[in-house]
Amino acid sequence: MSETNAPTVRYVRDAMLPPQRPPVSQIGAARWLRENLFDGWISTILTVVAAAVTVWLAMKIAPWLIHSVWNANSLAECRQIVTEAGGASGACWAVIRVNINQLIYGFYPSDLYWRPNLAFVLMVVAAAPILFQGLPRKMLWFSVLFPFIGFWLIWGGSVWVPVLVVVGLGLALGAVTMASATTSTLVSVASGLMIFWMIFGDPLSFALDIVGLVLGLPTLSLGIGWLWGFVPYPSIGIEAVALNPVIGGGAVRDILPVFGPAVAQLDQLMPVALQSVPSRDFGGFLISLVIGVTAISMSLPLGILLALGRQSDMPLIKGVSVVFIEVVRGVPLITLLFTASILLNYFLPPGTNFDLILRVIIMTTLFASAYMAEVIRGGLAALPRGQYEAADSLGLDYWKAMRLIIMPQALKISIPGIVNTFIGLFKDTTLVSFVGIFDPIGRANAIRANSDWQGVYWELFIFIGAIFFIFCFGMSRYSMYLERRLKTDHR
Amino acid sequence: MAATDSGTPGGSFRIGMLLTDTRYRSYTIQIFVLFCLMLSVAWLLDNTVRNLQALGKDFSFVFLWSPAGYDINQMPIDYSSQMTHGRAALLGLLNTMILAVLSCALATVLGVLAGVARLSNNWVVARLMTIYVEMFRNIPLLVWILIFGAIMTEAVPAPSAFRGDDATASMLFDAVAVTNRGIYIPEPLFTRDLGHVFLGSSETFGAFHLSITWSLFLLIVIASVLANRALIRHATRVQNATGNRPKTWWKSILILIGPAALYLAALGLHWGYPELRGFNFQGGIHLRNSFMAMWLGLGIYTGAFIAEIVRAGILAISRGQTEAAFALGLQPGKTMRLVILPQALRVIVPPLISQYLNITKNTSLGLAVGYMDLRSTLGGITINQTGRELEGMMLMMLTYLVLSLVISSLMNAYNARVKLKER
Repeated sequence: MSETNAPTVRYVRDAMLPPQRPPVSQIGAARWLRENLFDGWISTILTVVAAAVTVWLAMKIAPWLIHSVWNANSLAECRQIVTEAGGASGACWAVIRVNINQLIYGFYPSDLYWRPNLAFVLMVVAAAPILFQGLPRKMLWFSVLFPFIGFWLIWGGSVWVPVLVVVGLGLALGAVTMASATTSTLVSVASGLMIFWMIFGDPLSFALDIVGLVLGLPTLSLGIGWLWGFVPYPSIGIEAVALNPVIGGGAVRDILPVFGPAVAQLDQLMPVALQSVPSRDFGGFLISLVIGVTAISMSLPLGILLALGRQSDMPLIKGVSVVFIEVVRGVPLITLLFTASILLNYFLPPGTNFDLILRVIIMTTLFASAYMAEVIRGGLAALPRGQYEAADSLGLDYWKAMRLIIMPQALKISIPGIVNTFIGLFKDTTLVSFVGIFDPIGRANAIRANSDWQGVYWELFIFIGAIFFIFCFGMSRYSMYLERRLKTDHR
Repeated sequence: MAATDSGTPGGSFRIGMLLTDTRYRSYTIQIFVLFCLMLSVAWLLDNTVRNLQALGKDFSFVFLWSPAGYDINQMPIDYSSQMTHGRAALLGLLNTMILAVLSCALATVLGVLAGVARLSNNWVVARLMTIYVEMFRNIPLLVWILIFGAIMTEAVPAPSAFRGDDATASMLFDAVAVTNRGIYIPEPLFTRDLGHVFLGSSETFGAFHLSITWSLFLLIVIASVLANRALIRHATRVQNATGNRPKTWWKSILILIGPAALYLAALGLHWGYPELRGFNFQGGIHLRNSFMAMWLGLGIYTGAFIAEIVRAGILAISRGQTEAAFALGLQPGKTMRLVILPQALRVIVPPLISQYLNITKNTSLGLAVGYMDLRSTLGGITINQTGRELEGMMLMMLTYLVLSLVISSLMNAYNARVKLKER
């Protein structure tokens, strides 16, 4: 303000101006549209194209959905109903309605559906205290027992099988707890295993096996020698190895010889049994869940062990872990499943033939545990070296350090990867349809091969896809929740 | 292992220290593990030998030299059913690799686009991409492959629909025919083809020929790329010396396209269009339904995973980097290209490698739609015909393993190059 004007200005504003309304383009819907849909010409083009595609898709799908048919017994009937209603094409959900039991349970006896249903409900109850912190901790006891209850409900048979296993495991665990007070973790675990074996195994034949083992060592070296001279076989190698009672599979065939007779005895005393269902009758989502849940819950501990093995200072342990992890990660799951279904009979003692589903579960577990090991290794590597040193300086031994200091942090870091592996594993259960197990995909293919429903595909795939989506999406949301809950840093 | 030294150094050794002293315990454990390992290996081997004996089989790979006796529907190299199982396996491997490479390319393109689009300010595009990513990530690959297989066979017109004046279907641009027997696209043909050169022949895998025309073309393209690189390096040198960057874009285009175009024109390149003859299309390149289902399934499914990787990579670069680049006066495009992407690549590449490995391994799902890959030839029909499960499966798993190791080592070498050089 210039000096000449200064005396003439007598006006000083003493009241605030009322705020003006912002320009129309800066408020409400207009601003949102401008910022989120039409921000520059590239954005505008993208919006228009995306909207056009969406509308076009909706126009295509809507009539198909509107003319949905729920009650029909074949695709032809479906189409007839749609034409009568004046539509060009319509979704034939009747295929789901008619085959829903097959898609969920496979050939599980229909009067026993309550058993898998109950097992599923109990599984949710068992999983709840593990997944959510707010629930009473006592529920964890039920979670520990659930695998045995679930096994009994789904497979049926004598109740004494799971009960005896629980008792044996309980005794072994007790031994571990008692021994760990005095000796190192490793020794106590070994003693627990010994006790388990002494309860169910045959201590005498075990001792004899050990003697045979020591005597058999020279033949063992012959067997390794045979490995080098791969083709043709030196005949002496084969005979020597085959004659040896231990290496010849004697030990494993009688691995738990007391178990069967004990169950039989108890059954006579007090028969409590459910109708037993052979696992070849399982199918549909029941089998996906059985394989998925078992493999998921077993692959995490195995993966932790493998990851620790890979980080180990002991060259042999490290080497074995690395080779296992890399080989399993280097081949497709399908080849492992085929190995389970056609090759495993070669590797087991002649005459052994155990359940295909069990073999598949073992293979999927091994497969997932190799991936899990890599995920957890990432978490272990991300921990600062100081954490390991701090554990050492507190005087903790290896297993205590791992259990109390390293693993809780490493697992927290690896949660997203772990859950991704779980999701991948659950999705991969669909591959079992290749080895003749009727999972949802296998059932869907069978339904499509049926002359009544030939030509149906969208409805089946949408149904199967939707169920998988619910499970997998739920898992990924849970992992986000868990990450937020466990977040302890302040950012 | 926690390196706690609990024993007194120099103290005399007692046998109990093998269990109690951490210095010696690791030896005890390792010897025990070695013992168990040898025992189980010997046990497995022995079982195998005895099972083979019981079945009256031996362990040999002679079957690779015997005639295969089955047809393969996708043949990148010459093959007939009289050729050996070895040749059939090789074809399977080639089909696996073709599918893997093309799927990786499709997945990368889709993944990068979707990953960037998910971060865009545009609400519609970001939401659509979220739907795409979540849909594909949470539904099994096998379902997607079967869906694409079903679309390819049941939702597109039969070749007969293209016939006549009242045809219900028509070819795209008169060049591409999408039918329920596969997609037909034009194929490049030469009036003056330079022929093939015989590379060699082996008893197991049969004869190998190399197309001179295409090898020369490849050489010319590589030479042009190298020349273009020299040109750009020269321009940078000039810029560093004088401050002015000479215009190179038209020279680049000339160098990159000119020689190749001249070469193709000299050989008389023309396109062989598919034509409807009889009940089916003839001519052109036939992309089978099995291939299309696998390619689209693998590419779009893995694209969703790559989108998440790209998004995470871009988000991992702190906001300060963008702001610093803006403060230097860089435009958004250049900021992305010169500042964000080089840093994001370091985060993106390692998980990208594992996605490429996944694609390679997932090609084995070709079984579901009848794609003749390694698993279907060597691990499928060959095993069924010869009864050599053990040898065939071992060979197949070994091949997959080698393939995986090669890919991961190549990509790891690339990763080492883009990695942050810390001193």
